[in-house]
Amino acid sequence: MKKITLLFFLALTFILPLSLHAEGKPLRWAAATDSNAPFAFYGPGNKLTGFEYEVIMAVAREMGREAVFVPNDWDGLIPGLSRDLYDCVICGIEITPEKSQEVLFTNPYYVTYEQLVTAKGASQVNALDQLQGKQVGTLSQTASFNMLSDTPGVIVKTYDEEVNAYADIVHGRLFGVLLDFPIAKYYAFANPNLSFNGPPFGQISYGIATSRGNAELATEINTALAQVIASGEMRDILSRWGLWTDMMADTFGQPQNPSLPDTEYRAFVAATAEQPSLVNRIIGYARFWPLLLNASLLTIEVSILGMVGAVLLGFTLAIMRVYGPFPVRILATFYIELVRGTPLLIQLLILFYGLPNIGIKLEPFVAGVLGLALNYAAYEAENYRAGLLAIPKGQMEAARALGMTQRQGLIHVVIPQSFRLVLPPVTNDFISLLKDSSLVSMVTLVDLTGAYKQIATQTFDYFGAGLLVAAFYLLIGLPFVRLARYTEHCLNPAAHSGARPSRLHKPQGKS
Amino acid sequence: MDSNTPIVSIQDLRKSFDETPILKGVSFAIEEGDLVSIIGPSGCGKSTMLRCINGLEILDSGVISAAGASISREPGAPLDAAFERRTHDLRQRVGMVFQQFNLFPHRTLLENTMLAPMTVRGMAREDAKKAGRALLEKVGLGGHAERYPANLSGGQQQRAAIARALAMQPKVMLYDEPTSALDPELVDEVLHVMKALDAEGMTQIVVTHEMRFARDASDYIIYMEGGHIVEISDEDEIFENPKDERTRRFLRRFI
Repeated sequence: MKKITLLFFLALTFILPLSLHAEGKPLRWAAATDSNAPFAFYGPGNKLTGFEYEVIMAVAREMGREAVFVPNDWDGLIPGLSRDLYDCVICGIEITPEKSQEVLFTNPYYVTYEQLVTAKGASQVNALDQLQGKQVGTLSQTASFNMLSDTPGVIVKTYDEEVNAYADIVHGRLFGVLLDFPIAKYYAFANPNLSFNGPPFGQISYGIATSRGNAELATEINTALAQVIASGEMRDILSRWGLWTDMMADTFGQPQNPSLPDTEYRAFVAATAEQPSLVNRIIGYARFWPLLLNASLLTIEVSILGMVGAVLLGFTLAIMRVYGPFPVRILATFYIELVRGTPLLIQLLILFYGLPNIGIKLEPFVAGVLGLALNYAAYEAENYRAGLLAIPKGQMEAARALGMTQRQGLIHVVIPQSFRLVLPPVTNDFISLLKDSSLVSMVTLVDLTGAYKQIATQTFDYFGAGLLVAAFYLLIGLPFVRLARYTEHCLNPAAHSGARPSRLHKPQGKS
Repeated sequence: MDSNTPIVSIQDLRKSFDETPILKGVSFAIEEGDLVSIIGPSGCGKSTMLRCINGLEILDSGVISAAGASISREPGAPLDAAFERRTHDLRQRVGMVFQQFNLFPHRTLLENTMLAPMTVRGMAREDAKKAGRALLEKVGLGGHAERYPANLSGGQQQRAAIARALAMQPKVMLYDEPTSALDPELVDEVLHVMKALDAEGMTQIVVTHEMRFARDASDYIIYMEGGHIVEISDEDEIFENPKDERTRRFLRRFI
């Protein structure tokens, strides 16, 4: 009965999420919010904010649709569109011919340029070829990366987060960083150690990306966008965020002076400039409690369900491998070697982003659980196999001699004994799985590692956030270690009789 | 039952391991209630023969009948489902006791005796418990029913193993060197149980190195060497006046 309930529950978790997004009304939009000021990011109070956030809210309002935010990683933003995880992406994506092959862009909502930032007092740079022989940082998949790559002699370093790039100028690892003006303004302009250097380079336009098959939506957004621009609301938004440039004024044919004071920019600088005391910093983390709590729950859910799946499948594989007929043994061995020989991250990415190509779309949660289960099943199978083989042959012989079938012997004699043997390694694997579950943050789930990214990019306290999240992993793991010890103790037959604990009865080899 | 019908009968039993013949055509028959000892040097095939009788080893060819069940095989014949079924049937009528006891370490002595009747025969838990207690009482372990094998002496474990085999109510008991793994002072308690069973009329086949027991308790003795039965003799006869030179040579070491 228990088994059936469990299967039912598993089936439910797999089927339910698939049936959720039938209604087409809300406008589902995605962005990578980590380290993403001033585009769309989590500001004080863990509230979503940013100029792109305001733009998409205004656009959705004009369209008469409710805007629903779907978080994702930068690298997964475009694949997520084709997976139909959301309707559009607004995340400072530059309109280029290559990207236009993959997605359908709306008209630009922002036009800007690349800004070079160097250490204060560095030599003046007027053209990119003056960067020859110098180390220059940028983000991958950006216009500035292409510009730097096209300039001979420049040593290009790519970063995942702009903060780290700018920090490396201060640390003396980089001569400069070339990035989009909004990024430079928010992450470098206020830093007394850094300064803007040289003229605007190039011109780039940000567009909202929609699915290529969805021209209707792009048109709808364009109409709404035009209204937001024409009404002056766009100028208001950009002015408040300190992003209303001459280039923007020219593009939209509107006055050059900002229509409102740059309050949002000042607030951001104020929030990030102050170096709070340790105590205040810890108190400041209190606002992340709900985030951390939800993230912990997700980590626990994914880990436990993943482990349950891994145990069930791994057990089946082990039985197949030890007791199955030849072809079944080969099949199980093949699966185990295949899974153990490839990285979990790649398996997760294939499950989530690869399978839709053959028509299988998994919800992020399902993909995460399934990925962990399928991967760890291979390791569990080897544990169980070792456990099964460690039981002396005489045990099965005694069972057979008593008239039991092989199946009965397995169920009543061999498996219960190997269960106790494999408990310690299986517990260790669960602790490993708990930690490896951090990889599900790559399929858009906000688990503890996802929470770490959010906290770190809001507070710029990578050290503190790292310690905090590490502590959460540790706290979650500890009870399971204790539980395993307790179970192991209870299963030890010698513990019942009060006699000295003794190992499994191991007969000497028969002559 | 006609007293002339043997309860165990083996005809031309052959068995090889990896092309090495271990049993080269063994035949004998045992009457109900007899206690028969099989002796012989290591590697003579006596253990293999015993294991063939309850299907732990699959015979290459020959006929094995015990307590009304029978398996037979032509050389090279495939092992089909019918053969499996007959082997299964045979096993349920024949109990087996191993050199290393092979008790189930994760279960108490009582649970050891209850497991097979419940899983194989579908006996109710309470009935299995009652029967198990009675059997443990019979082998002198009534006070240890709730203990685990690891906490008992070898002699106690082997007696429990006998009780476990008896729980399936076999017509024939097979013993594969039941005292070889025991400290000398524990041997007698096991042999005592076997003698008591003999007195109740149980048919028993014992592969043993325990010459004193073989002589004291056996109705007759089978001497095996090189995969053949060399001599079947009265228990005193074989020790005092062995017919075959090979038997004489083997027994000289024990006298």
